[in-house]
Amino acid sequence: MCLIPCPRDWPRAVIRFENVTKVYARGARPALDQVSLEVERGEFVFLVGASGSGKSTFLRLVLREERPSAGKVFVAGKDLTTLSSWKVPHLRRQIGAVFQDFRLLPNKTVFENVAFALQVIGKPRHHILTTVPDTLEMVGLAGKEKRRPHELSGGEQQRVAIARAFVNRPSILLADEPTGNLDPTTSLGIMRLLDRINRTGTTVVMATHDDEIVDQMRKRVIELSSGELVRDQSRGVYGSAR
Amino acid sequence: MRLQFILSEIGIGLRRNLSMTISVVLVTFVSLTFVGAAALLQMQIGAMKDSWYDKVEVSVFLCPRDSQKPTCAGGEVTDDQKAAAKAALDAPDVKPYIQTVYFESKDEAFTAFQKQFKDQWWAAETTAADMNSSYRIKLSDPTKYQVVADVLSGRQGVEEVQDQRRLFDSLFLVLNRATLLSVGLAAVMLLAAVLLITTTIRLSAMSRRRETGIMRLVGASNLFIQLPFMLEGALAATLGAGLAVGGIWLGVKYLVTDWLGSSISWIPYVTTADVWTIAPFLVVVAIGLAAVSSLVTLSRYTKV
Repeated sequence: MCLIPCPRDWPRAVIRFENVTKVYARGARPALDQVSLEVERGEFVFLVGASGSGKSTFLRLVLREERPSAGKVFVAGKDLTTLSSWKVPHLRRQIGAVFQDFRLLPNKTVFENVAFALQVIGKPRHHILTTVPDTLEMVGLAGKEKRRPHELSGGEQQRVAIARAFVNRPSILLADEPTGNLDPTTSLGIMRLLDRINRTGTTVVMATHDDEIVDQMRKRVIELSSGELVRDQSRGVYGSAR
Repeated sequence: MRLQFILSEIGIGLRRNLSMTISVVLVTFVSLTFVGAAALLQMQIGAMKDSWYDKVEVSVFLCPRDSQKPTCAGGEVTDDQKAAAKAALDAPDVKPYIQTVYFESKDEAFTAFQKQFKDQWWAAETTAADMNSSYRIKLSDPTKYQVVADVLSGRQGVEEVQDQRRLFDSLFLVLNRATLLSVGLAAVMLLAAVLLITTTIRLSAMSRRRETGIMRLVGASNLFIQLPFMLEGALAATLGAGLAVGGIWLGVKYLVTDWLGSSISWIPYVTTADVWTIAPFLVVVAIGLAAVSSLVTLSRYTKV
């Protein structure tokens, strides 16, 4: 994705897992078991697998909400296993995250919800006043700035959440079943939006159960099963049997 | 943007837990009132010492006509004994501690006695011959009483060496006990205040878990996430300190200056100026309380 020839040591992988194992304190079976993979800058990756297969653990490790029990996790060129906790906020500013349950603040308007992400990292007012409307327009919510989340449809709420995740122009966007609560038509709209964000050079990693979407998009598919990496296929489909 | 944002967050937090905030304010108010009262009692003792110790003397009573004391077995003090006592006071190892020495004769003592007790029936029988002559010694440092006592006590012709400061001891004892009581109550109330602030911050953090969750997700720094909670606690505690200062000020103004000051005027009292001296200290204690409570709570409830 370099506009000029890339330096030789330029890390092409924005996410790299090296033999990562994650065992939660009381769980007998590891949530992730010896997983090694790389996600390159600008890629769009589907993370598929049954519930409990380790998809969410994978995303939490990238966000450094968890530390691996063994192995190494590199994100944006940083080794998260040795990253000191006071540097974690800076890491997270390079990562946007979207969830199935939207996680919007009910007492703030659409504009305020998106602006919140910039306010809390100390961005100046003028920056917020120009960036937030641009981002809202990009996700297709122009004119709905003053609405509250409960006045919006599920698809629109997810667009607000995506706007909030993307407003700081992160290099990575993580989406944990972003279409899980939405009907197929609305889901398609959300996928178009994520695809558009991906085209700006943002790496997108999306965990999903939605086979139709995966089959339609024909992007790289990584399948986890009981914490093990069982398939890594470029331009893949949801089920390996198909 | 940041300051405005943090201020609005604090406002939301305080309103959301209004009853808890009020109880924090009240508990800090009461506890700091006790802290302030203890400080003022000590200042009162200090004011009395400053004013009285300048006036007090060490009295060396010389043997009168018939005394039961063993050192007075030889009858009334002789001129030799007087001269020896005076010489002891002039000795080079004692002299630096002494500012002035004044000899009070029996006649002078009798005059003072008559003036003081002229209305008492039993005073009429007393004559100048019953009086003690004495050395009245003003020390350059009133606390160095022992130096004089060591030199003169037990000497023939000296009936008693009396430190007038002793007269205040029982009063100071009462005031010191009152200070201890005040400090004890303050300690209990301060503990209650810390626990209450801790609970308040915890509640506040719980009720804003959604916000703090998003803050962490988008990469807000720890300080930024925790600052509103800390300031909330600090604000409530400072408000309590303000009330305590106000309460103590009113107490000193109306109870001490206006009431005690007009009924018993010979005692030097603490003034409202002293209240302003301890006010910053109370505010610092309040902020310290809030800071300790915040650190204990927030590290558990809003960590990255």
